[in-house]
Amino acid sequence: MRRHGYHPNALIEVLHTVQESFGFLDEDSLRFVAAALSVPLSRVYGVATFYHFFNLKPQGKHSCVVCMGTACYIKGSGSIVERIEKEYGIKPGETTPDNQFSLLSARCLGSCGLAPAAVLDGDVAGKLEPEQVIERIREWTK
Amino acid sequence: MKQPSSHIKTLQIDGQDVGANQDETILEVARENGIYIPTLCEIEGLSPHGGCRLCLVEVKGVNKLLPACVTHVQEGMEVFTNSPRLQEYRRTILELIFSEGNHICAVCVVNGRCDLQALATKLGMTHVSVPYLYPRRSVDASHDRFALDRNRCILCTRCVRVCDEIEGAHTWDVSGRGVQAHVVTDLNTPWGDSDTCTSCGKCVNVCPTGALFEKGKAVAEMSKKRGFLPYLTQMREKRSK
Ligand code: SF4
Ligand code: SF4
Ligand code: FES
Ligand code: FES
Repeated sequence: MRRHGYHPNALIEVLHTVQESFGFLDEDSLRFVAAALSVPLSRVYGVATFYHFFNLKPQGKHSCVVCMGTACYIKGSGSIVERIEKEYGIKPGETTPDNQFSLLSARCLGSCGLAPAAVLDGDVAGKLEPEQVIERIREWTK
Repeated sequence: MKQPSSHIKTLQIDGQDVGANQDETILEVARENGIYIPTLCEIEGLSPHGGCRLCLVEVKGVNKLLPACVTHVQEGMEVFTNSPRLQEYRRTILELIFSEGNHICAVCVVNGRCDLQALATKLGMTHVSVPYLYPRRSVDASHDRFALDRNRCILCTRCVRVCDEIEGAHTWDVSGRGVQAHVVTDLNTPWGDSDTCTSCGKCVNVCPTGALFEKGKAVAEMSKKRGFLPYLTQMREKRSK
């Protein structure tokens, strides 16, 4: 925050950094950021919930972000999500009870050429079939 | 009040020649000249938001419609405020607003005194031709004196602006996006537990619908007191001079 000069306009940058360090944004860190940057609490909350990138809940050890952008959706990313939902009983934005794995969704990863695309633990993977994704998740949760 | 003449612009609204200060909006000039443009998110005394789009007008030579509440005047502009096309669009916007929430006027605290309802009557919206969404939205009745029913919220952000700009508390903001967007207090804290709310009631009084209301009022019993807004704005301007 010092780096960003405690300026209210640095809100998004600062939230970014906090999430990188702690994995998600809990209430205490949101309060802290609001006070340090003199930004109203509700504004901080509004920004943190507007961007899909920010998580307000703790994330699992592994994550799978399925792209639900137009190109990927047409190419069947919906069925990937459905498959995961069925297998693990969680919806996008949720984490398995054992904290092993979080399912997330995004609006276009900028890799439409690879549709349907997903980010598996930080790596972009393209032209995916539901079974391939399940395979990867199985390896993680073994 | 008026600046030197180089700052004065002349334009036409609905064929009427009008003069305006260069920093005025089309809406302000229209009002000074007794020309009615429908508005919903706009309220005098707060910054404009430009969200509801009911104030859209046509300007000759511009092929998009412009929101009068946030569009500044330009020399020689020819503005049209009430063409059949605009009337049609405005009714559709209202229909979309009604279908997006759960507006059941018959059981609402502000029935008969609601800005949304009044506008629908005034602009001749007789029915809703788009399917209702019937969203599931939450209610917050945790505050001692006031309550929020998100089913009736049209996201005009009047509450956000009055609490920020006039009260200075900024208790409200909009969370989420798209159809999920909704107003929250602080960190989505129950209103009654909010650290920032001073219980001044300004948000309740500027809310155009029955979304924010005083507790203990029965159906059609609540009326909104808006006199404080021009008064406070005027008194503050005086002081800062
Ligand atoms: S009662 Fe006053 S301080 Fe509280 S949320 Fe409403 S406008 Fe803000
Ligand atoms: S609660 Fe009322 S004032 Fe606030 S955004 Fe909703 S409709 Fe507008
Ligand atoms: S739509 Fe999925 S990457 Fe663009
Ligand atoms: S009054 Fe202009 S957009 Fe709402």
